[in-house]
Amino acid sequence: MCRIYMTIGKEKNENIGYAFISPYIIFLLAFTAYPLVFSFYLIFHRWDLLTSPAFVGLDNFIFLLHDTQFWQALLNTLVFLLIHIPLQIFFSIIIAMVLAEKIFARTFFRAAFFLPVIISGAVVTILWQKLYATDTGIFNHLLSLIGISPVGWLTSTKIAMPAIAIMATWKNMGFYIILFLGGLLSIPGHLYEVSRIEGASRWQDFWRITLPLLRPTMLLVVVLSTFGAFSLFIEPYVMTGGGPLDKTMSVVLYMYKHAFLFQHMGYAATIGFALAIVILMVVLVQKKYLGKETEY
Amino acid sequence: MKKLILHLILLFAAVSFIYPFLWMASASLKPVAEATSMNLLSSNFTFHNYIAVFKKIPIGRALLNSTIVAGATTASVIFFSSLVGYALAKLKFTGRETLFMIVLFTMMIPGQLTLIPLYTLIVKLGWVDSYPGLIVPWMISGMGILIFRQTFVSIPGDLMEAARIEGAGELQILTKIFWPLSKPAMVTVGIITFMGTWNEVLWPMMIIREQTMMTMPQMITMFAVGGQAGGDLGIQMAASMFLVIPLVIAYVFFQKYFIEGIASSGIKG
Repeated sequence: MCRIYMTIGKEKNENIGYAFISPYIIFLLAFTAYPLVFSFYLIFHRWDLLTSPAFVGLDNFIFLLHDTQFWQALLNTLVFLLIHIPLQIFFSIIIAMVLAEKIFARTFFRAAFFLPVIISGAVVTILWQKLYATDTGIFNHLLSLIGISPVGWLTSTKIAMPAIAIMATWKNMGFYIILFLGGLLSIPGHLYEVSRIEGASRWQDFWRITLPLLRPTMLLVVVLSTFGAFSLFIEPYVMTGGGPLDKTMSVVLYMYKHAFLFQHMGYAATIGFALAIVILMVVLVQKKYLGKETEY
Repeated sequence: MKKLILHLILLFAAVSFIYPFLWMASASLKPVAEATSMNLLSSNFTFHNYIAVFKKIPIGRALLNSTIVAGATTASVIFFSSLVGYALAKLKFTGRETLFMIVLFTMMIPGQLTLIPLYTLIVKLGWVDSYPGLIVPWMISGMGILIFRQTFVSIPGDLMEAARIEGAGELQILTKIFWPLSKPAMVTVGIITFMGTWNEVLWPMMIIREQTMMTMPQMITMFAVGGQAGGDLGIQMAASMFLVIPLVIAYVFFQKYFIEGIASSGIKG
């Protein structure tokens, strides 16, 4: 009797389980599976959304291979990434290490560094555009105080992308400080005590204990900021429109232009497809070099 | 002495993080002639820029749109993600582990891959320039499902058994027992979703053309880039303040949830 009751109970449980997940299944099919499958359709077609899609075989890919603007955009995004990520790690580790000490008003400092994280990228970008302004901006004003002539932060082909990378670092740093702070606080204190008894310096502690044990956090930080860096869009859109001379054109902005200025859905999808492959390759390489097990 | 130096460095760094926002608030209140000055205070503070914003763009409508879109998305993400999280944590059904793997998989897909196909889907559904277009594709989140599953797994099964014997349905168990016991998870998912939707700019810029359907980030972006502000700094800063103030007020009260929630989920704005 009891057994029969239990099987009935189990079946009932099954049905309720399916009832609970059914909205998600519909959602998943419509807004994840369908776009995923349809992207494979789009990359072989030319489509302006008005006329019916035309099959073009590998034309989109062949065009992509010869599209110097695309490669420039990819290069720009990599430049952004190579400036942004090291800066990000360097400064957020330093601040996290200071915050890990017994600091007065730690909560206040934590909250202050985190403030830009909660503000919309659109606002931060519009704000920094004013701070970077060549004639009236704060940066050039500060430089003039120490006798340096004005810099064309957003108008120089060499400086515009680094300037955007500095802004992005400022915006996201609070987030990474919190991640590193969590990593630092999880390192067992006795490791440092033993090291102190052995007569090691603080500097040696950092290289032999802190950095190796922060490796999992480091991997997380690198992977997350890589995803973030490859999504670069609103910053160049507002600040430079991709200029000067396409030097701040990001891949997502380029994709956006093809979709919404030229109505090339097939080619825009191909750019997205290529970018997704680049992202996955970069993340795999990062995992290979940073993801090794740490021994201690 | 060393402590003092550390505090001074921190203070300098913290000022460089807060000053730009104070400057923005100050510039929004200054007359045109003083707008670019670095001083935070002025004896000529005025609400002129704020009044001008209302005259130039339908900012009230954008605030309403943002509230509707962020509110509806947040309510939906909490409800539906907790349903799935509950099923994954506490209900037994064939395919449960597979579904869990699928949730994890969806979180690893780079968004850039599906963005354009998703846009074409919205066009086909006729959802361009509409609330459904802004809300429906983001109604359930994998991150929300994971957080709820994690929280629900640690709630003891005895409570459920007792409620079941008393004749409670599973939906009742979820809403009457599990929800009240998981307030921190709900606040975390709520804050992350609300903040993300409130600040989102790329998706609205893809599917919204009509000014009356724009949410705040898109409207202030168009205002700043499109030349409607006429390069007037104070007005652009005033428009931005409308977007920033609600979040900053929430941040002051729920700071701990903001910081820990965003850090633990690995999602940022």
